[in-house]
Amino acid sequence: MDGAPAPAAQAVPAERDAIIRVRGLVNRFGTQTVHDGLDLDVMRGEVLGIVGGSGTGKSVLLRTITGLNRPAEGSIEVFGQDVLRVSAEERTEIEKRWGVLFQDGALFSSLTVAQNIMAPMREHLKLPQRLMDALAAMKVTLVGLPSFAGAKFPSELSGGMRKRAGLARALSLEPEIVFLDEPTAGLDPIGAAAFDELIRQLQQSLGLTVFMVTHDLDSLHAICDRIAVLAEKKVLVTGTMADMMEVDHPWVREYFHGPRARAAQGG
Amino acid sequence: MSGAQTDLTLEDTRDGAVLRFAGRLVVAGLAPLERAAAAVKARPGPIALDLSRVEALDTAGAWLLITLRDRLTAEGAQVTIEGTGPAEASLIETVEKALAKIEPAPPAPSGFLNWVAGVGEGVAGAWASFLDLLAFLGVTLARTAGLLVRPWRMRAAPLVHHMQEVGFNAFPIVFLMSFLIGIVLGFQGASQLQQFGAEVFVVTLIAVSLLRELGILLTAIIVAGRSGSAFAASIGSMKIREEIDAMRTLGLDPIEVLVVPRTLALLIMLPVLGFIANMAGLLGGGLMAWIELGVSPGMFVTRLYDTTGVWQLAIGMIKAPFFAIIIAVVGCWQGMLVGGSAESVGQRTTAAVVMAIFAVIIIDAVFSIFFSEMGL
Repeated sequence: MDGAPAPAAQAVPAERDAIIRVRGLVNRFGTQTVHDGLDLDVMRGEVLGIVGGSGTGKSVLLRTITGLNRPAEGSIEVFGQDVLRVSAEERTEIEKRWGVLFQDGALFSSLTVAQNIMAPMREHLKLPQRLMDALAAMKVTLVGLPSFAGAKFPSELSGGMRKRAGLARALSLEPEIVFLDEPTAGLDPIGAAAFDELIRQLQQSLGLTVFMVTHDLDSLHAICDRIAVLAEKKVLVTGTMADMMEVDHPWVREYFHGPRARAAQGG
Repeated sequence: MSGAQTDLTLEDTRDGAVLRFAGRLVVAGLAPLERAAAAVKARPGPIALDLSRVEALDTAGAWLLITLRDRLTAEGAQVTIEGTGPAEASLIETVEKALAKIEPAPPAPSGFLNWVAGVGEGVAGAWASFLDLLAFLGVTLARTAGLLVRPWRMRAAPLVHHMQEVGFNAFPIVFLMSFLIGIVLGFQGASQLQQFGAEVFVVTLIAVSLLRELGILLTAIIVAGRSGSAFAASIGSMKIREEIDAMRTLGLDPIEVLVVPRTLALLIMLPVLGFIANMAGLLGGGLMAWIELGVSPGMFVTRLYDTTGVWQLAIGMIKAPFFAIIIAVVGCWQGMLVGGSAESVGQRTTAAVVMAIFAVIIIDAVFSIFFSEMGL
């Protein structure tokens, strides 16, 4: 099989409705170049898994798209607007339409889970307290937390519960895109599978687009519609799991044909 | 029904009432819509919630539909949700399942009982934390004494580091503060003593008040604010990042590694800082006495020798180690009590400073009474 299906594979989906469109992205930290001419499309309504070795800039890519890191060059379009060149007000409007789940949840430690979920509503919506309470209680059970968890502080929750609470906060403003940074890292296999299932189920019933940085081969198998592999400072290849199995690149082959990958496929 | 993007209209048809939603049924316009929905009264017979003209639906909108349906059903109507596509139906089902899992919160206890319980817990908690502080003080002193017996176990690098942090780096501020206090004492003393021609006693006034009390007391207060807070914040942050737990699992004793070097550093440096403060205060006072009253430096030194015994200096300096221990122990203890949130670090740091300053003033008062009774 030819080792360079990437250009062809990307040209086709670009015709469809890309909700995020990254072009020619360059990220440098000091003398180190992390991304060099990176292109990526995320389609509306899909679950895209980003994989790559340590230090290939998966999290940097997520941070760049969400505006936490300013790239040296390139353009990023989200909802058809260039997020690097819009005004501050337009940016806020765009930010309200996406939610981010950080690795350990990044909940505000001085607020309860319910208050964490209400924090974005309080900032961006004019809702009476009674409504916010009701919506927060609904979000708590929506992400599979027991309803008493709403009154707890993040430090009183387990790692898995904190992730669910973080997801509830990310969903607080009813976003169209959800960015997940290693959502299943640090969870036991059962908890990870349950979290995968939750993401899939919410993605389908809420019609979300999910951008997921992950290392979890089981997640890739279970919930990702497409996978993008970061290597050599760009998106080396995108495609379905089946496409990945055909790619003839040493790292990709190692990753998707290694012992852990075989185990994940078997299960 | 309002300026929001969503419209809610109630129509009566032959088959019953139809509540028609049109536009975007989303969280952004939820508040006016919820008010409109609350105004809908149940009526006998079927009511249909018609979504066929809804452009967008999110979980908040689904929440509104379900709570409206449940309320009307409870009031005796037969409610159906109609005009949903597969995506909306799935969304409504998901939210319905989530709402079913909400359990009513346990009722809050009554106000007065709650208050009484709060006061009781506060008192018991204050006593418990006082005992805890004594225990912490005891452990710290025992470990310090253990290290003095076996000095080769002493960690020299952190000790020197903390001596620089709490001592050397505090020299400028302590010097400046005390110099200014000396100037104020000299100036105020001069203007009062001049009234009955006792200018020359200004030297005694400055020397006694500075050496016995103010020099070391103000130094301790500055150090409590500077270093007590730093101890609490740094140990507290380590606690949050589980570094303290990591130490324990590695067989390192956090008291020995973190608390003892800080306590020893303060124990060594606070007397030095106090001495510097005394000298700076005398310098400022002497300068003021010279300018205001014409007491020459030579005269000042002679008067100092004649009227102020070395005991006045000693009485001040004796207090320094006690202040040092209480500042370091309270700071480290509060740091160890940090738990959970980032806010906790702030609270504990504040508590460390307030408690340390309070304790310093109490100890100073006790010493003051003691020395007076002893006739010193």
